[in-house]
Amino acid sequence: MAAPIPSDSNHDIVRLENARKIYQMGTEEVRALAGVNIAFHKGSFWAIMGPSGSGKSTMMNVLGCLDRLTSGAYYLDGKDVSRLDDDSLSELRLSYLGFIFQSFNLIPQLTVQRNIELPLYYLGWDAARSAQRAKELAEMVGLGGRLNHRPTELSGGQMQRVAIARALTNDPQIIFADEPTGNLDSATGEQIMELLGNLNRQGKTIIMVTHEPDIAAHARSRLHMMDGLIDRIETETHETDQPYQEHLARR
Amino acid sequence: MRRTSLIRNIWLGVENLLLHKLRSFLTMLGVVFGVGSVVAMLSVGEGASAEALAQIRMLGSHNIILSSVKPVEDEQSSTVHSHMSIYGLTYADLERIASSFAAIRQVAPVKLMRKEVRLHDRAMELRVVGTTPEWFDLVPREVLAGRVILPSDQQKLAPVAVLTEFGARKILATRSTIGQNVRIGGDAFEVIGILRNETGSSASMQIPDQEVDVYIPIEVARRYYGDIIARRTAGSREREKVELHQIIVRVDHTDHVESTAVGIETMLNRFHTKTDYAMSVPLALLKQAEATKRTFNIVLGSIAGISLLVGGIGIMNIMLASVTERTREIGIRRAIGAKRRQIVVQFLIETVVLSTFGGLIGLGVGVLIPFLITYFSGMATVVKWSGILLPLSISMAIGILFGLYPAINAARVDPIVALRHE
Ligand SMILES: Nc1ncnc2c1ncn2[C@@H]1O[C@H](COP(=O)(O)OP(=O)(O)O)[C@@H](O)[C@H]1O
Ligand SMILES: [Mg+2]
Repeated sequence: MAAPIPSDSNHDIVRLENARKIYQMGTEEVRALAGVNIAFHKGSFWAIMGPSGSGKSTMMNVLGCLDRLTSGAYYLDGKDVSRLDDDSLSELRLSYLGFIFQSFNLIPQLTVQRNIELPLYYLGWDAARSAQRAKELAEMVGLGGRLNHRPTELSGGQMQRVAIARALTNDPQIIFADEPTGNLDSATGEQIMELLGNLNRQGKTIIMVTHEPDIAAHARSRLHMMDGLIDRIETETHETDQPYQEHLARR
Repeated sequence: MRRTSLIRNIWLGVENLLLHKLRSFLTMLGVVFGVGSVVAMLSVGEGASAEALAQIRMLGSHNIILSSVKPVEDEQSSTVHSHMSIYGLTYADLERIASSFAAIRQVAPVKLMRKEVRLHDRAMELRVVGTTPEWFDLVPREVLAGRVILPSDQQKLAPVAVLTEFGARKILATRSTIGQNVRIGGDAFEVIGILRNETGSSASMQIPDQEVDVYIPIEVARRYYGDIIARRTAGSREREKVELHQIIVRVDHTDHVESTAVGIETMLNRFHTKTDYAMSVPLALLKQAEATKRTFNIVLGSIAGISLLVGGIGIMNIMLASVTERTREIGIRRAIGAKRRQIVVQFLIETVVLSTFGGLIGLGVGVLIPFLITYFSGMATVVKWSGILLPLSISMAIGILFGLYPAINAARVDPIVALRHE
């Protein structure tokens, strides 16, 4: 904990310091995160990889403000959010974060438009502006003609596009994607990854969990986990980050 | 919460409920029947008691009514052979009552007879009452034409007659009959007025209001016709001597009604060895009717409470199931950024919309039923605002009460677990 934070920490959109998440299972402790130190730059595209049970989802949940650390600190855009209450975390998710899930997680009773609009409802937008925004986003993901369809009338790829549109509705700083192609065939998966790649090129930070190397290849950096710790980091485009990440990982 | 966002929330709730129309409808039924039956029962009960209370009030809450009653033993002996039975209230009773009680304001005697009444060519047997001007104060009736009997008529022993609508119709008297003569039992009387009949079944209420066709001054009746009435029944002739058929007493204050009634009874019993009179106290009847109404309302309230409780439990049951079924939806909303409070509000609004809408339908049903009852049976029903607003606000309260637990359950859903939920 005593180690100084490197000077370029201002560019970090997320940063974990000695992050631990411990589940008490009877007398046994499960260390889902066993003291992780990591920082992701603004505008980066990370794939988190590793065997099942290595702590990928736990880390995603913590970074996505859905879960809290047992100990350690989590800085989101420079602000320590690890001690915030449930309402404040909800507000952060609403304003800064977008989520894409393996099983799409659309509300089946609502139309495509209503699903995309959902965050705007909680942001308090009026109906006309919300509809306009939903229409733009649906067009962006290539579903302009499906606004009044229900999710059940769409293919898997289309549903994931709706989910991506919904994740973008609040213009988030970070998009979290937990196995976004896990339920899709490889061709459709490629299309979804292309969409995510485009978003990253437009400046969005993307943090994605996947176990498929082909999919992970779309990310610009890869993080391998093992037993609740960072095992290995591969960074293609941010060569300058390498010493910093290794510095963090060593602590 | 801001007004616009409340409206949006309500609309969201309505949309959600419309997704499961049949289920929402069935969930509502408990409240529909609860509220419906309460509104209907209240208005029927209210109507019945309003009618009873109006009848009793018409008799006057300050009044005590004494009536002559033929004693039982007399009835038996008179069937054997020609016999004169003497019973009932007397002129002496009237004097004693009028002079013995400070609380008494007015006293009116009533003498009942059946006489042949003739106007021009038309003759009919009518019911004739001999009474004093006080009667018209004690039992007010609207004067349609002319006037009622005055003290001066009484003093002059004027042969004057006041017809009621019934009586006037029977002998075809009209307004223009006023000033003309009718013959009552052969004697000429001047028609001085026509009274409106009171509607309602007051016959059961011991003032023989509807039974009366003609009023004449009591002194005139006494002099012309005496106190003995001859009646022919199945072969044998029966004669009765009854001085007064009724005495109506008015006291100065309702507080004195009871004590005066007891005093009169004690006094009369000293002179009447047989029970040949009956006493009725409208105030006592009124109090009794009001007590009955209170009991009725308590019973109704309990039934209402139970049926609404059952309705509420039904709603809670379905909402709990709905929360389980919609766990994933809740997780999605939470992940997107909905606060716990917003989830509570969402589910609470759904139950309140459900119960309030159920209450409104119930209200429709509940108002329709008394309307149909009145339409088909003629029974009086009264739909009061309190009878509408109370069940309606209770049904809303039930939505909140029974919706709170499922809504809090919904908000407790952990988004991480919920999103994994299949
Ligand atoms: N709610 C929980 N309660 C107990 N143990 C948990 C819970 N969530 C995760 N774990 C445990 O934490 C470890 C990491 O889980 P997870 O982050 O889901 O791994 P991954 O996503 O890499 O498969 C696993 O051993 C898992 O069993
Ligand atoms: Mg996982």
